[in-house]
Amino acid sequence: MTRRVVITGIGVRTPGGNGVKAFWELLTSGQSATRRISHFDPSPYRSQVAAEADFDPVHEGLSPLEIRRMDRASQFAVTCARDAISDSGLEFEEFDPGRVGVSLGSAVAAATSLEQEYLVLSDSGRNWLVDHTSLSPHMFDYLVPSVMAAEVAWTVAAEGPVAMVSNGCTSGIDSVGHACQLIREGSSDVMLAGASDTPVTPIVVACFDAIKATSTRNDDPEHASRPFDGSRNGFVLAEGAAMFVLEEYEHAKRRDAHIYAEISGYATRCNAYHMTGLKPDGREMAEAIRVALGEARIDGTEIDYINAHGSGTKQNDRHETAAYKRSLGGHAYRVPISSIKSMVGHSLGAIGSIEIAACALAIENGVIPPTANLRQADPECDLDYVPLTAREKRLRSVLTVGSGFGGFQSAMILRDAGGAAA
Amino acid sequence: MSKMTIDDLRRVLIECAGETDDGSLSGDIQDQDFASLGYDSLALMETAARITAEFGVQIPDERIAELRTPREVLDLVNDALAQPS
Amino acid sequence: MTEKVYVTGIGLLAPNGVGLERYWEAALEGRTGIGTLTRFDVSGYPIRLAGQIDDFDAAGHLPSRLLPQTDASTRFALVAADWALADAKIEQGAFADYEMGVVTSNASGGFEFTHREFKKLWSQGPGSVSVYESFAWFYAVNTGQISIRHQLRGPSSALVAEQAGGLDALGHARRTVLRGTPMVVTGGVDSALDPWGWVAQISSGRLSPATDPHRAYLPFDADACGYVPGEGGALLVLESAGAARSRAAQHVYGEIAGYATTFDPPAGSSRPPGLRRAAELALADAGLAPAEIDVVFADASGVRELDRAEAAAISGLFGPGAVPVTAPKALTGRLYSGGGPVDVAGALLSIRDGVIPPSGGTTDVPGEYGIDLVRGAPRPCRVRSALVLARGKWGFNSAIVVRAVPAEPAPPSVNTSPSRS
Repeated sequence: MTRRVVITGIGVRTPGGNGVKAFWELLTSGQSATRRISHFDPSPYRSQVAAEADFDPVHEGLSPLEIRRMDRASQFAVTCARDAISDSGLEFEEFDPGRVGVSLGSAVAAATSLEQEYLVLSDSGRNWLVDHTSLSPHMFDYLVPSVMAAEVAWTVAAEGPVAMVSNGCTSGIDSVGHACQLIREGSSDVMLAGASDTPVTPIVVACFDAIKATSTRNDDPEHASRPFDGSRNGFVLAEGAAMFVLEEYEHAKRRDAHIYAEISGYATRCNAYHMTGLKPDGREMAEAIRVALGEARIDGTEIDYINAHGSGTKQNDRHETAAYKRSLGGHAYRVPISSIKSMVGHSLGAIGSIEIAACALAIENGVIPPTANLRQADPECDLDYVPLTAREKRLRSVLTVGSGFGGFQSAMILRDAGGAAA
Repeated sequence: MSKMTIDDLRRVLIECAGETDDGSLSGDIQDQDFASLGYDSLALMETAARITAEFGVQIPDERIAELRTPREVLDLVNDALAQPS
Repeated sequence: MTEKVYVTGIGLLAPNGVGLERYWEAALEGRTGIGTLTRFDVSGYPIRLAGQIDDFDAAGHLPSRLLPQTDASTRFALVAADWALADAKIEQGAFADYEMGVVTSNASGGFEFTHREFKKLWSQGPGSVSVYESFAWFYAVNTGQISIRHQLRGPSSALVAEQAGGLDALGHARRTVLRGTPMVVTGGVDSALDPWGWVAQISSGRLSPATDPHRAYLPFDADACGYVPGEGGALLVLESAGAARSRAAQHVYGEIAGYATTFDPPAGSSRPPGLRRAAELALADAGLAPAEIDVVFADASGVRELDRAEAAAISGLFGPGAVPVTAPKALTGRLYSGGGPVDVAGALLSIRDGVIPPSGGTTDVPGEYGIDLVRGAPRPCRVRSALVLARGKWGFNSAIVVRAVPAEPAPPSVNTSPSRS
């Protein structure tokens, strides 16, 4: 018998307000949470805008010890996990910890703490031979980021499979996809799955400056992220996290859990083309979509909404537009498509999970979040990108996609809870 | 530094993006397309950044994508160097 | 019956041997790759021994174009992948692009590369940061670069689980094959032997302070005092048995017969650590009883309480002294994500050659550990099945079972196929 996977708990930390309620309000308002970078003085950098989360670890209930120990990305992941657990209503003490696992995605993991430690150890970059006498006892945790998955596992004393999936910018889809595979194959019944990244740090801003991938609309941060618009000039870096409680469907049904959505299909492919470049034809993303549809046993025409990668680089926007046409044919012109990166920016490894949260909430509420800041579409992007205003629509099946450095192309299908119960 | 030569550019290209496998970089490359020499947009961005650091000439972002041949790079850099600062 | 997953190619770089056969010779001869770290001036640091790969010239193996954009760890990974695919003799066109995937593990990313870019950023300013920093550092870099170099477009991934991650990569690659991708390149490689990577490793609190390269990393020894870190790892070609058969693969090292991973309970819990359960689940996955395992390649932490816990797990599962245990990593240092895949390669060669490599300089194993550690000299022994264990800091436990593949019978035979016990 096939085991099915459903979402029964959600936790998010995102720019523009923390928690599921604030997140959904922002997405449906069409407002952008991007701003001038405040975490450090951005004036020497090419791109000076980002979507930062207002996150106060003390207010979030983390202990002083946890705050000292955990990198910011871990703090985001752990607080989201706690929210998702309480949202799910699961009593983890009641069942076998060996059947509970974790799958956490992150692209740059402990970048924030690495940078802080580096400045101390190197005397602000002066010394190649760094000073071991001022070493933090947690430096190793920042070198090897699987500690993030461990921190999440400790929140529920999980003893099943614990994995950190680090596939760059598709980590957030792939970590959830990985968790689904583990539940389906029977390795676990419950997974805490999701992703976290807090990359608004000088080194990460500088490396995207170098490849000119980020927006330079420094005088107008609120309108800097404009996917599919003809005047877009790059993505807006962001931070954030989303975590889910994923359960085997029968398990959730037995306890009469609230089911947000079923994850009914997932696939990932590589373009084997270039570490940062995309072929314009969208072939591999189209293949991932095709395989995910097959796993979900639905036809492309049954997709009611596409949550786009929509990073706001010309290369990406055209690439995925081509991929939709290639995989969905004429339906690509009819299905509403939107990019929430226009509002919460691009939080690298985390965004895939944040977008899954958006899809689950879109299904739950019957509302499609818009693509903010889209006033004049790129003529080569000729699909329905739901500009500016949210749209009400009953959603049965939705597709979310991700695309990232290294050539990763991932696609996931979510189905409404009524469908899951059928 | 008063002028950037083709040998300077050759050296910077190799430092930034490696040698071509067939050694084609050693011939007369002035008018060869960067793509045919095997250098992609990343290689040229890295090269442009190195030229800025070494020769003090800023190459605007939008120009980098337009530069097709070593001659175009040298002309741009040497024109800028010839301007009275 | 479910499809089997075979290992048909191996590429390996270890501190005591670059290349699979050179590593194996060193492992059997007890030749160590541990010595004073020479990449930078270590005289000011409290710990100076490392398993360092010295006789490797990346430019001799990789196109010049790849050198400016890759960290040392990625160069090792690319070369290991080249060697594994060459070893498997997979001809161009044997598989369609989506039929080939890559699953790697990585513990510290392209760390020396990123250290240089941090230094440039903070000493010369943002404009000096390389365009390659955006991907040379991140943990998926080896998967991406291998995918591009060999045009592998199937399901691919990168996993991090400190020292256990390499076995997780193999386990996930096996899952990927079983889910329908006939060939997956998989394994793990790490290197963080720049000054910052070095002090970060020191901060783990687990490195051996000893100064004698032959006595610094002594897993299961009464004198164990921590581990020596190293660099390197291995990449393997995994193929479905059907694919290997249909392309008449000339040579099969063995089968990845079982895999499992568990996580330890949080500190202070009264519940037992998860290593034994991982081993039990992997054996069950392989359909083998403990008595059918001929050797255990241990995680062999070299930290006394962790050695004791692992010995308890092994003797508890197999019975005291009931199975030979070995730790050839005592001669390479711990290779993080590379450690597990190198041990899987070692286990497969033990099957091939009927010999178990010894455990470096360990001589005095406390009797209460109840394990039969192969030490001093290699032990000739018929090996049909082996268990490989790995643990990652913070509680990761992974286990892989490899098994000999019987030679294909020449004529079609009836009812003689080996039972799955």
